[in-house]
Amino acid sequence: MKGVRSVIAAFGASLALLVLWQGLILLLAPPPFILPGPAAVARRLWTDRALLLDHGLITLTEIGLGLAIGTMLGIGAATAIAASRRLRRVLLPLVIASQAIPVFAIAPLLVLWLGYGMASKIAMASIIIFFPVTIALADGIARLEPGLADLARVMTGGVARPGRRWRLLRHLYGPAALPALGSGLRIAAAVAPIGAVVGEWVGSAGGLGWLMLQANARAKIDLMFAALILLAVIALLLYRLVDGAMARATPWARPTDFLKESDPT
Amino acid sequence: MTVPDGPAAAGRSPSIVISGASLRFGALCHFAGLDLTLEGGRTTCLLGPSGIGKTSLLKLVAGLPAAGLAGSVSADDGAPLAGRIAMMAQRDHLLPWARLIENTVLGARLRGETPDLARARALLTRLGLGEATHLRPDALSGGMRQRAALARTLYEDRPVILMDEPFSALDAVTRHRLQGETARTLSGRTVLLVTHDPAEALRLGDRILVLIGGPATLHEVAVPDGPVPRDPTRPEFGAALSRLFDRLAADGAAA
Repeated sequence: MKGVRSVIAAFGASLALLVLWQGLILLLAPPPFILPGPAAVARRLWTDRALLLDHGLITLTEIGLGLAIGTMLGIGAATAIAASRRLRRVLLPLVIASQAIPVFAIAPLLVLWLGYGMASKIAMASIIIFFPVTIALADGIARLEPGLADLARVMTGGVARPGRRWRLLRHLYGPAALPALGSGLRIAAAVAPIGAVVGEWVGSAGGLGWLMLQANARAKIDLMFAALILLAVIALLLYRLVDGAMARATPWARPTDFLKESDPT
Repeated sequence: MTVPDGPAAAGRSPSIVISGASLRFGALCHFAGLDLTLEGGRTTCLLGPSGIGKTSLLKLVAGLPAAGLAGSVSADDGAPLAGRIAMMAQRDHLLPWARLIENTVLGARLRGETPDLARARALLTRLGLGEATHLRPDALSGGMRQRAALARTLYEDRPVILMDEPFSALDAVTRHRLQGETARTLSGRTVLLVTHDPAEALRLGDRILVLIGGPATLHEVAVPDGPVPRDPTRPEFGAALSRLFDRLAADGAAA
């Protein structure tokens, strides 16, 4: 029921946007190389579907691999930050610096080092994704409920068995931080396309970003809009995929939980 | 059904000596220079108003770090206390993602031991949760959750048990029943029960210490004869309760 309603809402919003768009076209009658109408863009989406699909797949692959690599790096970094104070001191400045430098600034370097192919775009997406995943997970691990941390400390008091930190992470801190990791992943999924598209703009031979540049240069603005729409659809689907996967992985942490009283009853 | 209680049987539960306990935040002194002994194998109730520092005193015994807290704690048998304590708090602190059986054996998992699932199941069954061992905590009522926390505490099978207002979030009937179950299952262990409920202290305490005043000091209060859990319907219980209330009110006025 809720799902149906949200689909209807999304459809309604899209329709409103289309009506507004068509209204602007009718009202201002801009030349098609400035702002094409929805019908022209829809036609382009259909006639150039093979081309769009080819380049869409390239961008999707870049985003997907970037998401996978960035997430793994983020989980690794967050675990290291949580596990050792010394690693934290070394890693945290690096993590923050990786975001302080705009990805636009390092994109040419990455293209220079990794080439015009997918690798440089995957690297860029990974760099963008790495930050929210690391910070969210490290934060989630650090924010374990103090009472639980105390309980674990008492339970493991006087134990000399090796691997205590790992067990704490595996059975307590890790699962407790999963909802926080989910928040980081949702942000990551939403920003991942930026990395890939910026990479394609700087230097590439394919992908939706490349296609947009080409279309723009040839004043095929309807094709540019078609590529943009496809990119938006990819980003939305990716977000829904990550959102759904995280909701399934953490059924105990319902998104409405923070609206409820968390006091014991 | 009896559940083997392992090495924590009566007689091996140490007395715990706390000396020079203090809790200070800058110029604000909650208490200083407190000395007390928790008798081995007996239940000591620490009674006092909210915010007086009861929980901090419990943390001191548990060896947990807390800001402003200082003092020394030792067992009368000379062995270190770490690894001989189990703790139960007001909040059940059950892991929301784990089924009850896994929550019960959490300590074993964290210590890297092979969990004794049969014993965990037996404990849960003894506490009336036999049908719920494979449920997650969100499927349980508050009373059931607190019983699960008790099962987890018992699974630890430690000679020293620290409890911080474990029943204060429960309704009166559930609280009464759980107090009885707890007293029976923990008999023979050295128990420190922190509470702000005088009736609970009278029902469960072999000894009652009142922490009151500013800076707070400890006062021992006489308890009715007889073993715990005491029957609150007996006339001497009512008399002791009213004396205890008088005492708390008088101390509060003097403070």
